Amino acid sequence: MSETRSPARLALARFRARPAAVIGFVVIALLVLMAVAAPLVSPYDPIATSWTAIRKAPSWQHPMGTDENGRDVLSRVVFGARASLLAGVVSVLIAAGIGVPVGLLAGFAGGWVDGVIGRVVDAMLACPFLILAIALAAFLGPALTNAMIAIGVTAAPVFVRVARGATMDAATNDYVEAARATGNPPWRVALRHVLPNIVPPILVQATLAIAAAIIAEASLSFLGLGQQPPAPSWGSMLNSAQRFLTQAPWLAVFPGAAIFLAVLAFNLVGDGLRDALDPRRR
Amino acid sequence: MRGHLAGRLLQVIPTILVVSILVFALQQLMPGDPAVVLAGEERGDPVVLAQIRAELWLDRSLPVQYLHWIGGVLRGDLGFSWRIRQPIVELVLTKLPVTLQLAGMAFVIAMCIGVPAGILSATYRNRPLDYIANLIGLAGLSTPNFWLGIMLILLVSVQLGWLPPSGYVPLAEDWRQSLATTIMPAFVLGNAIAAILMRHTRSAMLTALDQDYVRTARAKGLRERTVVLRHAFRNALVPVVTLGALELGTLLSGAVLTEQVFSIPGFGKLVVDAVFNRDYPVVQGVVLVTAGLFILLNLLADVLYVVINPRLRTA
Repeated sequence: MSETRSPARLALARFRARPAAVIGFVVIALLVLMAVAAPLVSPYDPIATSWTAIRKAPSWQHPMGTDENGRDVLSRVVFGARASLLAGVVSVLIAAGIGVPVGLLAGFAGGWVDGVIGRVVDAMLACPFLILAIALAAFLGPALTNAMIAIGVTAAPVFVRVARGATMDAATNDYVEAARATGNPPWRVALRHVLPNIVPPILVQATLAIAAAIIAEASLSFLGLGQQPPAPSWGSMLNSAQRFLTQAPWLAVFPGAAIFLAVLAFNLVGDGLRDALDPRRR
Repeated sequence: MRGHLAGRLLQVIPTILVVSILVFALQQLMPGDPAVVLAGEERGDPVVLAQIRAELWLDRSLPVQYLHWIGGVLRGDLGFSWRIRQPIVELVLTKLPVTLQLAGMAFVIAMCIGVPAGILSATYRNRPLDYIANLIGLAGLSTPNFWLGIMLILLVSVQLGWLPPSGYVPLAEDWRQSLATTIMPAFVLGNAIAAILMRHTRSAMLTALDQDYVRTARAKGLRERTVVLRHAFRNALVPVVTLGALELGTLLSGAVLTEQVFSIPGFGKLVVDAVFNRDYPVVQGVVLVTAGLFILLNLLADVLYVVINPRLRTA
């Protein structure tokens, strides 16, 4: 019966055989659910201040305590998942949206097109990721949308590289040669015969890139270049927590733990996908 | 080998050229008119604005502006900071050593943790020790730098009172104080690299342990320790050193947040302060210098690869 199973099913079976990857997947599912249902899940309004509950330690009433404006930390962590997950997914969509077509073009066209694209990719990869993202975000102005654009553009060159390499790999296949020989136009060969083959490595790269993008968004928000107050974001919560480290350490513990958990989950799934989709690595 | 290196050197030139164009293009994204920002109180006076524009070559076409700017860069002139009214080169040269000390210490720490962990993990492949090492490594990769920094300050400085929570003492002034102020940030910075180095070492060791010469060494009856360290590890070192050199670039990025958390007056603090002061020429200068450093490191990694790999020496 194993002969009738498609590669995708085989990959799924291999993925399910890795407990760490499955746990990561479950954590992501729970985080997404929490972000979507934030108004239902969170016990309080995340931006409602209360002068009678300023910097209260964790208690039954406020499981993660309250912040310097008397806002419930748990509610802010729950709503903060929205900014982090949105930034992670949207910036990776931007990065892949730019990177995959360009990489496909470079790998398929070759010649001077590949040369020019290659140099631009080299140049962008030469600028340290976070410094370039900070510079872009600074020039665009502080806002969550701009942070996502900055992270997406900065992460695009990696997708160009992955897509280009996979395209060149796939283009050597006999059926691609056959498709070409039967007179299909190049764009058709690229989209119908090459593109489906480069999906697995792109998927792996995208999952790992979401993890990196969540850290990048938290970093930009920590510096004040991402989500603007009073809207909650894990990074900006850590920024204000720094001022009350001795009096209210819980302000720093929970948002950071949330970032860690989300990033770890995406890394676990990314690692699992890589092993599941690339049988050579087993 | 000479041909290979010469080829790499030639490849670097267009890359640097494109980097410079990208950095120049950043300026075009800037909101508002730089002349208006610089004029300050006198922003209503068209004469002053025209004067500033002429001084900064802002009244010329973009290609001319670029040539003017890149000409200055080639002569070692990165322009002036708008806020501090100091040449950017001077600012960079005073801040860079601080970050380099931090990055150097972080790299040593990362090597000391990552390489042995990778060797152990490869030697005990698919056994509990391997899984535990991998899990710790993945956790290290998933921890945001700045959060780890804040947590360490909370534990080591606030709770235990062992190390100062922030500040910096130059190495030349008092080396003990200098180490005390930088050891914690260096550990934070090195932590993520340690995880990456562990992964590199593990996969390089797995490849090496699979080779014929390792089987021969085992067949000769050598002790397992000797086989792993003398035979396998020496060969695994080549990719580890090369990939390790590349990670130094990551350290420069990571330093931005680490310096912010520990208030260390280095390169990262320079760029963050410049961002908030809207001191865009400084931001540009920092991006250009870090990219230049990174390209240099890449080249160095290539040279190292040839130098430590005897098989490439005669080619």
